[in-house]
Formats: sequence, structure tokens, C-alpha cells
Amino acid sequence: MEFFVQQIASGMTSGAIYACVALGLVMIYVSTDHINFAQGEMAMFATYLAWAMIDAGVPYWVAFGSTILVAFFSGLLIQRVILKPLETAPVLALVVCFIALLSIFNALAGMIWSFTIKQFPSPFPRIDIFGNGLVSAQQIGVVAVTLVMLAILTVFFRYTTLGLAMRAAAQNATSARLMGVRVSWMLALGWGLASGIGAIAGMLVAPIVFLDPNMMTGILVYGFAGALVGGIANPLGAVAGGFIVGVLENLVGSYIIGNELKLSFALIMVVGVLLLKPAGIFGRVIVRRV
Amino acid sequence: MAALARSWATKPGIGLVASVFWIGLAALPLIGSVWESPSFDYYMFMGQSMLIYAISVLGLNLLIGFNGQISLGHSAFFAVGAYTAAILMNFGGIPYWATLPVAAVVCFGAGFLFGFPALKLEGHYLALATFTLAIAVPQLLKHKSIAGWTGGVGGLLLDKPDPPFGLPLTADQWLYYLCLAVAMVLFWIVFNMLRGRSGRAMMAIRDHAMAAGTMGIDTALYKTATFGISAGITGVAGALSAITIAYVAPDSFTLQLSISFLVGLVVGGIASLPGCMIGGAFIVLVQNSSQSISDWMKDTFSLRYDVPAWAIYGTLLLLLMFFLPNGIAGGLAAIRSRLGRKS
Repeated sequence: MEFFVQQIASGMTSGAIYACVALGLVMIYVSTDHINFAQGEMAMFATYLAWAMIDAGVPYWVAFGSTILVAFFSGLLIQRVILKPLETAPVLALVVCFIALLSIFNALAGMIWSFTIKQFPSPFPRIDIFGNGLVSAQQIGVVAVTLVMLAILTVFFRYTTLGLAMRAAAQNATSARLMGVRVSWMLALGWGLASGIGAIAGMLVAPIVFLDPNMMTGILVYGFAGALVGGIANPLGAVAGGFIVGVLENLVGSYIIGNELKLSFALIMVVGVLLLKPAGIFGRVIVRRV
Repeated sequence: MAALARSWATKPGIGLVASVFWIGLAALPLIGSVWESPSFDYYMFMGQSMLIYAISVLGLNLLIGFNGQISLGHSAFFAVGAYTAAILMNFGGIPYWATLPVAAVVCFGAGFLFGFPALKLEGHYLALATFTLAIAVPQLLKHKSIAGWTGGVGGLLLDKPDPPFGLPLTADQWLYYLCLAVAMVLFWIVFNMLRGRSGRAMMAIRDHAMAAGTMGIDTALYKTATFGISAGITGVAGALSAITIAYVAPDSFTLQLSISFLVGLVVGGIASLPGCMIGGAFIVLVQNSSQSISDWMKDTFSLRYDVPAWAIYGTLLLLLMFFLPNGIAGGLAAIRSRLGRKS
């Protein structure tokens, strides 16, 4: 039983991180209909920036905040410079661009900081809170950060004009444009948000898996799985999906298939959801008119 | 793109050009008998790799370029082909040349089966599913339940085959001819398929699936079959790579391998058969010169660490998407048609 609770707790922790990655994917998906394959590498690169700042003596939370800002603006910039000219390009061109970004960020991180593993500090102490060895402050912290972020985003989308404009641009670009919303900038904003959220995910996961240029590959796959399980067009669903995937992955990994096949489990989940319920648990089925 | 395919495929001189090209490639090893250089065998090995990559890109191009299904998971089929050959040679005692058709059949089956779920997926979603496949495969290959067959993390070591019938060739020259022969056969098959009814059906599905269905094309069958054939071709390339390198290990079949196929495809030219050869050669050239490019960049920009080949690949992909979306083959065709119009 204790083992079971421990597995659930660590599943929630990784679930929180998958939820962040999934949330970033959803941000880009709802505003542009694209699946960003570079989401993981962008997050990894941002985490390296944070590491470099902390290494240079900047306090953790200052580095945390400024990394999110830098990530936000670079996401914005990527959309304006690289993806805007390709707005009407076929899907293949976009996929190639995302793969290119993935390779470039991976290579850049290796070029600047080398491919050796680095330790990343955690703001949360590794003490165990209830004194029974089940749940650590680190785990609570990661989940809390994710939930706070989700709350902020919900408030932003529901109660601010800018959030409303972004939703309008995503749902019906033409009408939104007629109402005076600058749709193209809303897409850029979506990219910025996704990049910032990704940076948070990267900084949360780095203390657990250690920092190296390939750290996000597996996590990105789980993020995909989470986003798909919850419904890739629904932020709340994506977060729930992330948690579901995290817990399931841990339980299946420790009770049924062992840790070596965890990625295959993600593959089965991705393909399974796409086949059986492409809209996800919380998603709406979109009927396309021909 | 359809226009591109039509223009070269039906030109009267195409057979002659292709024959000269292949004869030229076949004559390359003869240089070795005139020019005695210790590194000549290495150049032959590079030639083998180029042909192997060209075959993989051919498989991928058939799927992406001519059928419009995006796959980022062809490293998986390459791996299945390589392991099929390695296991058959190592445990079955089957001669290396006989493993090629088996690899083709096994990978066709694997691709056909993966093609079924892929039927329901389009564009980004298919890319996503195959992306996951590419990431999961190295881990699957390492799993201990099949380690007895695959050699686990360490992989399998094979013997490099000797030239048959006492031919006066070195092992690498012979393997070059083997790769060349296989490439010729596969390019010929694909060329003929694309010119015929099934090729037109594939391209019709790419251009407008629903219209193709209305015209009586069984889109589901064609899409899965194309997936299977594409995987089969890439699987043969995988088997060839296992034979020529004489070693297979799970970590050579990562997502990065899929990305290099994609680079070859985009550089050579989407929906272009000559482009596959250009792309295959290009991948190997970049891989080989990446160390010197890296050294040059380190000196010029005073970098501390090596520049990985991925930096070059990624930058190139972006630039090509912007400036030369049809790749080198497309660029050459554009130049030729412009020159033709002037005269």
C-alpha cells in the first residue's frame, strides 16, 4: 500500500510536468492548429538559460522569472520571423520547420553548454512533509506550481480582454479580424505563452532528470500523450490528461511492464487515443465541412 | 508537384540519361584499380552509405512526396530491416543476399500494419504518431525479453561478406556493387510504379483524397499499401546497412536517423526520384564533413564546444523551406525550364 501511494505521488509529480508540456502544446494548437515538435527542445534551451544565470550567481527565483520572460519573447519572435511567412504553407513544410527548430535548439544547447549532464537546483527542499516517507516537498511544489499556472491562465483567458481576443482569434479568425482583433499577433502571443509555459516545465523537470540537451525528448512524448488524452484543443483537459498520463505511466511501469518499456507505453497511448477517441476525454468532436 | 513528376517521367530521353548515370556509378570502383590510395576503400564505404541513404529517402519520398502521408518514424522500419538481416545472418546462418527480400517482406508487413491506424490520421497527427514511434523504437530494441535475439544494448556483430565467384574486388568494392544493384532495382520498380496506374492513384490521393475516392480509387487500400511499400524499401536499406557496416545496435536507430532521412528528402527534392540520389549523397557528405565544419566554426566564432551535425541539418532545413522548397532537384528543373524558354 505504501509503495502504491508513493507511486501515485511520483506519478502526480511527473504528471504535473507533462501537464505543463501539454499546456504549451495546446496553446499553439488552439491558436494555429499546429503541433509543435520543438516544444520540448525550446523548454530545454530555456532551462539552460536559467542554469547559466544561476551558475553566474543570480538568485533562483529571479532567474526563474527572467527565464520565463526571455522564453516568452523568443517564442513570440520565432512565430513572427519563421512561422508567419509560412502561414499558408502545406503541413509538410511546417512539420519540416518544427523538426528544424528541434535540431537547431538541441545543437545550440550542445554547442554552448556541451552535452555533459548538469545538476539543476530545485527551489523546494527534498524533505518529506508528513514524515512518513511518502510525499516530499519537492513533489508538492511541482504540482503547486502547475496548478497556480493553470489558475493564472484560466483567469487570463476568461476575464481579460486580451484573453478573450485570443480565444476569438483561435475560434474564428475572420470574424475576429472584422471585430478589430489583430489575429496574427494573437498567434504570436500564443507562441510566446507556449514557450513560457514550456520554460516552466523545463525548470521543474531539470532537478529530477538532470539537465542535458536530450532531457525533454521522452517528456515531450508524454506531453503529447497527455494533450491527446485530455483533448488537444482544451487547456483544462490537457492538464488533466497530463496528470492521468503521469499516474498511469508510473503504475503501469512499476506493476505491469517495467521501466524499460515506458516509452512504448506512451506510443500505445498516443496511437490508441488517436484511433479510438481523437478528440480526447474532454475535447469536442470537430465536424469538418467539405 | 504532380507536374514535376509528369515532366521528367515522360520525357523521351529519360531512359538514356538514367542509363548513363547508373553506368557512371558502376564505373566508379574501377578508379581504384588505377589510383592506388589507401583511403580508397573508405571512399567505397562512403559510396555504399550514400546509396543506402538514397534508398531510404526513396522509400520516404514515395510516402511523403507521392502519397502525402508524413512519416517521422522511418528510422523504425530501417531498424526492423537491419535487425531482420542481422538476426537471420547471425542465428539462421542465411547468406547475406538472401536476407534482403526477407527484410523487404517483414518491413512491408510492419509498414502495412502501421498503415492501418495511420489511415485515420492526417497531416500533423500522423507526423505525431510516427514521431512517437521513432522515439520508442530504440528502447524497445533494448528490452531484455528479446535481448537473446537482438543482443540488447550491445547489439550484434556480423561478418563482412567476401566477394563471390573469386571476383577480383575488395570487400568494400563488392558491397558497393551490391548496394548499387539493389538501388537500381528499387529505383526501377518505383519509377515504373509511379508512371503507371497505381502511381497516378497515389498522387491523386495526395492532391485530393476525397476526389480520388470519388473517382473510384480505394484510398484506404492505396494508403496502407503505399505505407507498406515505403517501409519495405526503407527496410531493405536497413538490411543493406547491417550488411555493409557488419554491426547493428539500438542507438543507431533514433529519431535523428529519421530526421536525416527527412533532410535528404527536403534537400534532394520532394516528389523527385533523382532528388533521392542527391539527398542520399548529401546526408553522407554532411556527416563526413561535419567535423571539419565544426572545427572551422569553432575557430571562426571561438566556440568552446563542437558544433553537432544537427545544427547544420536544422539550419539547412529552415533555409530550404524558405528559399528552395522543392529541393535541389526542383531548383535544377526550374533553372532548366527558364533556360529552355529563352532559347
